[in-house]
Amino acid sequence: MLSKVAERVYWAARYLERAESTARILTIYDKLLFDLPRRVNLGWYNLIVINSLEADFNERYSVRDERNVVKFLLGDESNPSSLVSSMKAVRENIRTTRDVIPPETWELVNELTMYVQDNLAQGISRSNRYEFLDNVIKACQQIVGLWYVNMPRDAAWEMLLLGQNLERADSTTRNLDAGVAAIMQVEDDDFAVNARQIIWGNVLRSLNAEQPFRRATRSSVKGPLVVSYLIGDEFFPRSLHYCVAEMMDVAGRLPHSKEVMSGLKSLLNDLPGSEEPEEVGSEFRDMLNDIQVALGDLHASFSKTWFMSEPL
Amino acid sequence: MSTEWKEYAPQEGYFDELISTPGNPRQPAKRLVNYLSSLSEEEILSRKMAADATIKEMGVSFTVYTEGGNIDRAWPFDIVPRVISRAQWEKTAAGLKQRLKALNMFIDDLYHDQNIIKDGIIPEFVLKQSKNYRKECEGISPRYGVWAHICGTDLVRDGDGQFYVLEDNLRVPSGVSYMLENRSIMKRVIPEVFEKANIAPVGDYPEHLFDMLASLSPRRVAKPVVVVLTPGIYNSAYFEHAFLAQRMGAELIEGSDLVVKDDDCVYMKTIAGLERVDVIYRRVDDMFLDPEVFEKDSVLGVPGLMRAWKAGNVALANAPGAGVADDKVVYAYVPQIIKYYLGEEPLIPNVETYLCYDDEQREYVLANLDKLVVKPANESGGYGMLIGPHSTKKEREEFARLIQENPRNYIAQPTLALSTAPTLIGKSKIEPRHLDLRPFILQGKDSYVTTGGLTRVAMKKGSLVVNSSQGGGSKDTWIVDTAPAKKKSAEGDND
Repeated sequence: MLSKVAERVYWAARYLERAESTARILTIYDKLLFDLPRRVNLGWYNLIVINSLEADFNERYSVRDERNVVKFLLGDESNPSSLVSSMKAVRENIRTTRDVIPPETWELVNELTMYVQDNLAQGISRSNRYEFLDNVIKACQQIVGLWYVNMPRDAAWEMLLLGQNLERADSTTRNLDAGVAAIMQVEDDDFAVNARQIIWGNVLRSLNAEQPFRRATRSSVKGPLVVSYLIGDEFFPRSLHYCVAEMMDVAGRLPHSKEVMSGLKSLLNDLPGSEEPEEVGSEFRDMLNDIQVALGDLHASFSKTWFMSEPL
Repeated sequence: MSTEWKEYAPQEGYFDELISTPGNPRQPAKRLVNYLSSLSEEEILSRKMAADATIKEMGVSFTVYTEGGNIDRAWPFDIVPRVISRAQWEKTAAGLKQRLKALNMFIDDLYHDQNIIKDGIIPEFVLKQSKNYRKECEGISPRYGVWAHICGTDLVRDGDGQFYVLEDNLRVPSGVSYMLENRSIMKRVIPEVFEKANIAPVGDYPEHLFDMLASLSPRRVAKPVVVVLTPGIYNSAYFEHAFLAQRMGAELIEGSDLVVKDDDCVYMKTIAGLERVDVIYRRVDDMFLDPEVFEKDSVLGVPGLMRAWKAGNVALANAPGAGVADDKVVYAYVPQIIKYYLGEEPLIPNVETYLCYDDEQREYVLANLDKLVVKPANESGGYGMLIGPHSTKKEREEFARLIQENPRNYIAQPTLALSTAPTLIGKSKIEPRHLDLRPFILQGKDSYVTTGGLTRVAMKKGSLVVNSSQGGGSKDTWIVDTAPAKKKSAEGDND
């Protein structure tokens, strides 16, 4: 498989995953805010913080309100991670890899891109947002489903898996970080237990993990359990452990993967063990940050190994 | 709707592809016209909208280069197909194969002994001043003596209903993907007619293209590596490059994906390292192919590609230098070229052509600019033309000056009464619009012609310019078998 095609397929999968997770986090975030006690000081701007988009956001907007945050995350072309930008990147990458991806992908991606463009206002206004985002999520899943049932398990497929899992690992760390950030805002009073439960439930839902979590843990939603599930569960497809293990499988099937493999192994070893962390606070956030740095290094290692970005 | 069709009148002096006289469809178009006229205005409109939506979804687009940046436009498509009888098509196809065969012998001769010039058939200066003659190609012998493996020949019908060749595109002809996409759109839009009428399929082109390309492989291996070389996403035909690569199962490559190593072989960069390439279907112009030999600054090409080709380690289709026959002055000589190499009469005539380098012919052209179409010898895409009857005095003066400055670079042809076909205009009007036809011819060991081709239509009333870059649209082209097939009724086709 051509290095350039491999790189584009990888990015197509990453951006599609990003589009879906952006849409999902917005569908549940308002519910979180409605449910939390007024005194918990958590706003829409937190979504900008957890995605490390403060600088870009502040360059464009001075008011950190719901409308601006949603606009920035959905429709802003200057935000490279917005839904619109993600779809544009998916489309450009699919457009240039149509010879290795099922041809229907191109039609579906076009449909979705047009839908997003035509209905963006709906997504920004609060009353129709849910329907809009729901349609986006379904369309993303339709594309992934199309790949899953149709693609030969060849190099293109491996590249999709690689991109999807790296993006997922990244998104899971960000969602966990968001959870911890919110928890730290909760004051120790009579409402605290309830507020924490709401926040962790929200983190689970934003990763489509609520039902699997309950089945796996047979427990009510408690912070330490949620954290260890989302980091260390071996079966849940968005847990860090699962994503890294999946990438190891993929790397094992691809040529010249020695360096990549050792990076993946050391990341897996560094993940906190299955024992429940006593306290999730700023130390834990530092650890999440280290994981994100490691994920960035992994990407660089993929790039060097398979995408031949430097001239020979 | 039906009244629209009954009242549709071909223009006096023009051949109409579907309707001979008001109310009378031509034999091969009968079933189609009967069907279309049975549809209500709303049904027609809804099918047109379905076609437009399909095109948008399929992402069929082409790029127009303007000063304000490149615009990706949806492919303009008319839902009324153009119909040709099978019998007539078979004769035309034979003529197209004959023509390409002779042109390839001509190109091969030019890069070797130049007998056609020695024998005085073509004046030497035509070659000397040709923009597309490549000295670098002299003495090279591509397999089967074929240089132009893929040719798009533009055909027009004049008022007499006869097909004429308007030009041969031997460099990097495009449009075949639109021919294929048009058919799949039509099958979605009016499936009812496909069920009954005997419409010849067009979908086997990519297979023929792949087999032809694979047959050029220098290495005798079971699965030669065939790639499509594109200038990239900003090229107006990128859609087609991707489409053909996909349909052939070939890699779609840009210059930066390839390297030529010291062994003069071409390799592509893959996730497993370098892999040898055997055949390159190149959609990059000669001048950008290899910065070592041609344009030094080209980033579209591959340094060393010509070396590899000359060493016989990679096949290029079309071969560099094939464009020498894609010159409107050479065009004027094609009838003689066919006679010289094949000893045959041309099966499809040329349009009468005046060569401006000839003093007598130039005098005639200059005196009749208002009646003639003047074309530069080496442009494509319909740019730089003068259409006499539609021109202003100022434009004619400008062209008179251009011709006198560089007579070798201009030819002139009478303004043809280009045939028309009924075309859906606005929501429900059916009006005649002018069109041409671009079939695609393949030549390797054997020859192949597409079933029909790409019909391009000038959407503007009275306009003769069909190029998509200048507001042209396209139609599906049906080759219909009208021979009474006795077996048919047994298959339940009763009318």
